[in-house]
Amino acid sequence: MAGETEATKEKRATKAVNNLPKHAESTNGHMRRVPTQKGFGASFDVYEADAVTHEELDLSTEDVLVMYRNMLLQRRFEERSAQMYGKQKIGGFLHLYIGQEAISTGTVDAITVGHDSVITAYRDHGIALAAGMSPDACMAELFGKVGGCSKGKGGSMHFFSNEHRVFGGHGIVGAHIPLAVGIAFAHKYKKDDGVCVGFFGDGAVWQGSFHEAANLASLYEVPVVLVIENNQYAMGTAVDRAAAEPDLYKQAAGYAMPGALVNGMDVFSVCKAMRNHVAMARRFQPSIVEIRTYRYRGHSMSDPGKYRTREELDAEKSRDPILRLKSYILDHGIGTNDALDAIDQSVKEEVMASVTFAENSPLPPLEAIYEDVYSEEGFPFLT
Amino acid sequence: MAIAVEMPKMTDTMEEGVLVQWMVEEGSVIAAGDVIAQVETDKATMDVEAYDDGVLLKRVAVEGDALPIGGLIAVLGKAGDDIAELLARYAGNGAPAAVGHADTEHAETVPSAAPASETPSSGVKASPLARRMAAEHGLDLGVLAGSGTEGRIVKRDIEAAIASTSQTLKAPDATPRQMASARSFEAVRITQMRKTIARRLSQSKFSAPHFYLTVDVAMERAVIARRQLNTEAEAWGTHRISYNDLITKAAAAALRRHPQVNASYLDAEGEIRLYSYIDIGIAVAIGEGLVTPVVRDADIKSLSEIAEETAAMAARARARSLQPEEFAGSTFTTSNLGMFGIEAFTAIINPPNACILAIGAIRDVPVVNDGAVTPGKRMKLSLSCDHRVVDGATGAEFLSTLQGYLEEPLTLLL
Amino acid sequence: MATLQLREAVRAAMIEEMERDEDVFLMGEEVAEYHGAYKVSEGMQEMFGPGRVIDTPISENGFAGLGIGAAMNGLRPIIEFMTWNFAFVAMDQLVNNAAKIRYMSGGQYSFPIVFRGPNGAAGQLAATHNSSVESIYSSFPGLKVISISNPDDAKGLLKSAIRDNDPVLFLESEFMYGMKGEVSDAEDYTIPIGKARIAREGDAVTIIGHNKSYWRAMEAAEQLAADGYEAEVIDPRTIRPFDWDAVVASVRKTNRCVIVDESNPFASVSSEIAYQIQARCFDDLDAPVKRVTSKDVPAPYAKNLMEFYLPSAEDTYRTCREVLYLD
Repeated sequence: MAGETEATKEKRATKAVNNLPKHAESTNGHMRRVPTQKGFGASFDVYEADAVTHEELDLSTEDVLVMYRNMLLQRRFEERSAQMYGKQKIGGFLHLYIGQEAISTGTVDAITVGHDSVITAYRDHGIALAAGMSPDACMAELFGKVGGCSKGKGGSMHFFSNEHRVFGGHGIVGAHIPLAVGIAFAHKYKKDDGVCVGFFGDGAVWQGSFHEAANLASLYEVPVVLVIENNQYAMGTAVDRAAAEPDLYKQAAGYAMPGALVNGMDVFSVCKAMRNHVAMARRFQPSIVEIRTYRYRGHSMSDPGKYRTREELDAEKSRDPILRLKSYILDHGIGTNDALDAIDQSVKEEVMASVTFAENSPLPPLEAIYEDVYSEEGFPFLT
Repeated sequence: MAIAVEMPKMTDTMEEGVLVQWMVEEGSVIAAGDVIAQVETDKATMDVEAYDDGVLLKRVAVEGDALPIGGLIAVLGKAGDDIAELLARYAGNGAPAAVGHADTEHAETVPSAAPASETPSSGVKASPLARRMAAEHGLDLGVLAGSGTEGRIVKRDIEAAIASTSQTLKAPDATPRQMASARSFEAVRITQMRKTIARRLSQSKFSAPHFYLTVDVAMERAVIARRQLNTEAEAWGTHRISYNDLITKAAAAALRRHPQVNASYLDAEGEIRLYSYIDIGIAVAIGEGLVTPVVRDADIKSLSEIAEETAAMAARARARSLQPEEFAGSTFTTSNLGMFGIEAFTAIINPPNACILAIGAIRDVPVVNDGAVTPGKRMKLSLSCDHRVVDGATGAEFLSTLQGYLEEPLTLLL
Repeated sequence: MATLQLREAVRAAMIEEMERDEDVFLMGEEVAEYHGAYKVSEGMQEMFGPGRVIDTPISENGFAGLGIGAAMNGLRPIIEFMTWNFAFVAMDQLVNNAAKIRYMSGGQYSFPIVFRGPNGAAGQLAATHNSSVESIYSSFPGLKVISISNPDDAKGLLKSAIRDNDPVLFLESEFMYGMKGEVSDAEDYTIPIGKARIAREGDAVTIIGHNKSYWRAMEAAEQLAADGYEAEVIDPRTIRPFDWDAVVASVRKTNRCVIVDESNPFASVSSEIAYQIQARCFDDLDAPVKRVTSKDVPAPYAKNLMEFYLPSAEDTYRTCREVLYLD
């Protein structure tokens, strides 16, 4: 295990409070280990961009095109939802994932969707679509319609699909990180070989819930990967204005867990990192992975973006993960421009169909307001 | 088609009637001429007869309701008839709303005054329950005195008013002013309770030849015994014992030894009944009259049981929540006016008892012991006896036994 | 019937349910090797092993959330808070996650989880350790809240709570853990959630009290009986959902009601009961609904102040006499 001495290993063994199978030693020898300045002697794995090819990841050309489509679906879906927000079809908050799609797509490659679990914060459209939730159900949810993935009761921030083991969609920063550990705890308790990937943003790192959850994850050796999606800004506050230690992955050292830093603009880097860390988790070695990315849109639709310059935004856009993959596909002869245009066209049609579906889906009936509060039937609500 | 049964005009001075008692149940088949209810008017209690055949679909008035002439008492009809529309027409105060083709004669007989309670008297403090009860009984809150916090009219005030129904005869507008010099009086409706008291006590006094025996009981030891018992009661967490409880217990023990006193003279049956059980009625004053809750098997019960039961029943009696079976069927009765400082009195026998014991106050009196005057405590007990069943000597022996028990309370343990 | 301490009744319920269903586990501070801060879980780690009776670090937010996540993923956790005072740092987990995720997901997840621990005053511990949380949590739809007053209810209701598929907050009391009482030894003894207990019948005044306040209500009823007034005492047992039918039926009979509630007065359980009574049986009231609560201040330390702070049987008795218009 990265950064673990014999002494700490022994201590962990005696501290282990769970009588379920102990984790096996992780072997990820191909990873680069870099010494750090502040990490108390710990070392971390770094996954840089353009460091791995699709062949090295055993991805077929077909797999690569599927990944491309997966990312593009998220992008087009959110562009269209931004338009629908402007047309007042969508209420409340709308936090867009645009720019971060390599993280969701790279992660679903590393897990078994429907068996392993994912949970994320309120910027949740990307992982939902990447995990295979239908654009129809997602758009209908944004529209507040009964056909939505949460029956119109959750909205943008609260996409759920138990079928896909997508555990939400959570609106309180950091509050779902203990849930990720609990979901993983249950995988281990039930011995079902499942893993939970818990996503949260750079802002959530400074909530106590993250630290409590990280400690519990490591203490109980639960199969969880805690993924910090560092998109550089917690709402409008840049990481270095909020963090005494802006290298967020180093938090892993404090909880005796492996940590890694990943370039989130390259889907293959994400793919490789997440495969490694999901494998560790499956052996009951939890870890913390910081994936650096960039949010092209504002925090929400009402964000004026005063906290960053036009130049910074343009520079980041040149590193767009979808454009990067497109170039890779063209450069490696995996697909032609026409083929990629056809994919784009089919994605656009799928998204437009989701708008039509959402338009046509009925509003929830008023009596639905008392449904789904309790499992119990006939709860005597006050009126 | 549903037919309204209205409050009939039964006397020429009648303005409203109180439905005293229903004679038929809802759902009963009625023939024209059947008596369906009794109504108390200003003059008498009279039968209300049905004028149509049918099924009694609904008893609209409840017993105790005062209704103006023409007010809806009941609905007759065929089973299944829709009565909603008819009820709606009479909605509100029981009097029919104006009907397009109402005949003039009828219209004349319907008083225009609505019960005063329709609009809650503003500025009057009354509990919600009191307001509801007042509305149900047609009482005007404005003329009632409240006994609750800050003069709030509460349930017990309404109950007292219902019992007296003193104001049901007030015609709101008929005589707005009275001559200052007029010798006025307040016409107080005779309540059912007063009628019952009147009937039973008249019957007793006229049919049972009363004679009276009085003893003066030395109560020094009873005072000490009661004090000791109550110290124990406190420690045990049982109910405190009153002098009345002590007398109930002693009377029960004495009755056990004098069964002739625990008896009834039943003329109609042609027999004198000597009861094997001892059920002692205890007269309790409740505002408009009195009731006698009964302690069953008082000779068998412990003092604390008697105390607890008596206190609970007295409280229920005052709250008018005593059930009829709780004040019926005594074999002997006591009446205590000691708390009013009454030294001695004679009571009228509570039929069909043979005797009633009248209990006076415990007085501090000088007594002569061995030629010296010392402070003492005395209580007068007067026994009224029905000479048809109890003779002078029998009554005297009973009273003497009772006196013995009270003067030496320890003997109650024998 | 067996005579058990309240702590033993709670323990018996957990043991029976853990034997019945292996998805049930107990997690909390000092529940395992220390045997429970109040000895509630004594011996349970030896019975079920460290995988099902699990000590935690002092991380209420963390392990409350862990339990909720585990419940979402099919387990039936019992999360013990050493006291409900310490659960304020976990409040976000309870009100935003346990209570609401089922609703926000359109009913896709159930939360069969019990959070339990002692609630309310626990003596001279000053302000931070004497909070009553039932009204706060009962205001969040999605949660159920139980507050027990005796060993029998503790066992029967905790077993029901563990089997319930919704999140249940189960409020006990440090003061009552050692209290002994008869507990049904019926096989698989459960008491339905949401049903009040008429502890004493009467027609003079309705007194409502839960948890420790129930005992204040009973003491006041005894005093009233000595005056010749029989009070009806209702222990609601479940705060959410509340058994309004029981209260309404009783107030229709007695026409008056006094609520004893150890919470601070503002927006407490007593506030809601008073509102519901006037809404549901206004015309049956012969007196204003009154309540006896803790004072509207933080709990003090000094012994005399603390005694003055809490609702007493004497206060309750006096208040009952007021609504009976006796004084």
